[in-house]
Amino acid sequence: MFEHYLSLAVKAIFVENMALAFFLGMCSFLAVSKKVDTALGLGAAVTFVLTVTAPLNYLLYTFLLKEGAMSWLGPQFVSIDLSFLRFLAFIGSIAASVQIVEMIMDKFAPALYSALGVFLPLIAVNCAILGAALFIVERDYTLGESTVFGLGSGIGFWLAIVALAALREKMVYSNVPAGLRGLGITFIVTGLMAIGFMAFAGIQL
Amino acid sequence: MKQYSNAYIIGFAAGVCLVCSIVVATSAVVLKERQDRNKVLDRQKKVLIVAGLMEEGQTITADEVQQIFDDNIRIQAIDLETGDFDSDIDTVTYDQRKATKDPALSRVAPKNRAGIKRVPLKVLIYERVAGDEIELLILPIEGKGLWSTLYGFLALAPDTTTIEGLTFYEHGETPGLGGEIDNPRWKALWKGRSAYDAEGKPAITVIKGAAGPAEDDPFRVDGLSGSTLTGRGVSDLVQFWLSDDGFAPFLAKFRAERSAT
Amino acid sequence: MKAAHKKALFDPLFNDNPIAAQVLGICSALAVTTKLETSVVMSLAVIAVMALSNLSISVIRNWIPPSIRIIVQLTIIASLVIVTDQILQAFVFDISKQLSVFVGLIITNCIVMGRAEAFAMQNPPVDSFLDGIGNGLGYSLILLIVGFFRELLGAGKLYGYSVMPLVTEGGWYQPNGLMVLAPGAFFLIGILIWVLRNYKPELREN
Repeated sequence: MFEHYLSLAVKAIFVENMALAFFLGMCSFLAVSKKVDTALGLGAAVTFVLTVTAPLNYLLYTFLLKEGAMSWLGPQFVSIDLSFLRFLAFIGSIAASVQIVEMIMDKFAPALYSALGVFLPLIAVNCAILGAALFIVERDYTLGESTVFGLGSGIGFWLAIVALAALREKMVYSNVPAGLRGLGITFIVTGLMAIGFMAFAGIQL
Repeated sequence: MKQYSNAYIIGFAAGVCLVCSIVVATSAVVLKERQDRNKVLDRQKKVLIVAGLMEEGQTITADEVQQIFDDNIRIQAIDLETGDFDSDIDTVTYDQRKATKDPALSRVAPKNRAGIKRVPLKVLIYERVAGDEIELLILPIEGKGLWSTLYGFLALAPDTTTIEGLTFYEHGETPGLGGEIDNPRWKALWKGRSAYDAEGKPAITVIKGAAGPAEDDPFRVDGLSGSTLTGRGVSDLVQFWLSDDGFAPFLAKFRAERSAT
Repeated sequence: MKAAHKKALFDPLFNDNPIAAQVLGICSALAVTTKLETSVVMSLAVIAVMALSNLSISVIRNWIPPSIRIIVQLTIIASLVIVTDQILQAFVFDISKQLSVFVGLIITNCIVMGRAEAFAMQNPPVDSFLDGIGNGLGYSLILLIVGFFRELLGAGKLYGYSVMPLVTEGGWYQPNGLMVLAPGAFFLIGILIWVLRNYKPELREN
């Protein structure tokens, strides 16, 4: 069992990296990768929120939305299929949990809050979070798998954004053609990183 | 800036929710029937393609698909372990994919290389018939490729050994590399090869590189360049479904019955 | 057509392209462009969602209490996306299967939210509707260009029809597998931005 989770985590972190293989969370990936410090902060916040929301959305889907999910309420609810509401339910639960996480942090870990503070609201519309929730539905993960997948995806995103930020900090010293400066070269660097990450493909534990 | 009372805010939110929910629910209810039909139709089309009754990419209407399907294809439910037909299963509503996940309707798969975790107790198979004569057995297969689970069909001649076709109708392999399992040229390479060797063991394998023509090299199929791992997945999953954990019991009974008549 | 309308409709195509100039909505732009066909369907879906969300938000803009405006926008957009997804599943089932989770991810596509917040909240319905279509088209333009090159170079095909016969099918073209993989998309968009900024030096960064 442990092996299975480890394999899933490795897959989520390296092989199916959210940012580099599925292009998820690209907006913040490109916008907040100019400095390593801020990239570290955003990565931590994304990982945290993903680890919380992935199992939460799994429970929401399994016990409320899926066809026959509400059978625990009584036999007359067996035929209800609300899965078409999942986009709305997921985005709502993500926005709400980001809000709650923000409040809890503010109260109990003010230092962490002031470090991550600015990034938290951004995360509600980070497609990596919603993407993870939708992948969980599409791939039929269990509760344990969802949690591992959420954590792994978060770490993968973290790794990718910090690596990109480090590259961009060094790139300040390079002489990039004028039209390519900024966004253009960032895309190309990201492409090269994606090639690097492809080397992990086929790793099975 | 205008000031809004709490009552107004709550009322406004409720109003937006009401309108949105009506729109969403209407679209879901109105389109549901069509979507469900699409799913059935999609499965039927795949069966027709692997049965050789329809070309890939050919556009025919939904009614024609239904017509051809009804005329030529017979669906049977079988018990995977014993290989017996099971007439209690309603073949129209039985959802094999769902059953595979339901602990009551499936069992844990024995350790295998194809990444299969559970197998359903009952499986739907398709027979291409002409009158009462069975021309082709179409068996559902699934298993892990490189990235994703592959779902497909394997078509066997009534001798249960000669492969007539192989199609995957759902996979998430890399387009252009592993995704080439959809390539009609590659799929055509399977035709005429043998699923089992002389001792009745599953033998067909996807190799790295090129295999000879079907007559000289009956147990090997060309690999796909750039997708060794997908090819290995295909080998493993086809062999799993041909083994005693898969369809071997059913195929044995099928042969015995045919030679008896 | 009034000048303001024209501007709302055509500016986002080149001068103020949402992807290349404003860096919005890149996630889906990359993921669905392995083929032209999926790019086209995705483009249509995004145009429809953007135009309608801009329109409906603009209609009720004067009544939305500021404290809940983000969640109201999100609800409207999510509802429209659900309807779009349902329609795709009902009428183009094959493509909807290929687009998988990326239709749902239109919700978090920053362009849609961005335009709703930045334009539709301040402008009358007709302008907002056109702005939605314009930005949708700008987004589509990039999607189609990327999809065109990725399918052509990666599979030798256009819209599913073979243009350059592949070696594996007896032709002469050895497909460039990199194009259909993630890195190919990054390179193409990078190059596209480069080309655009060579023609529009005012978009350059320092």
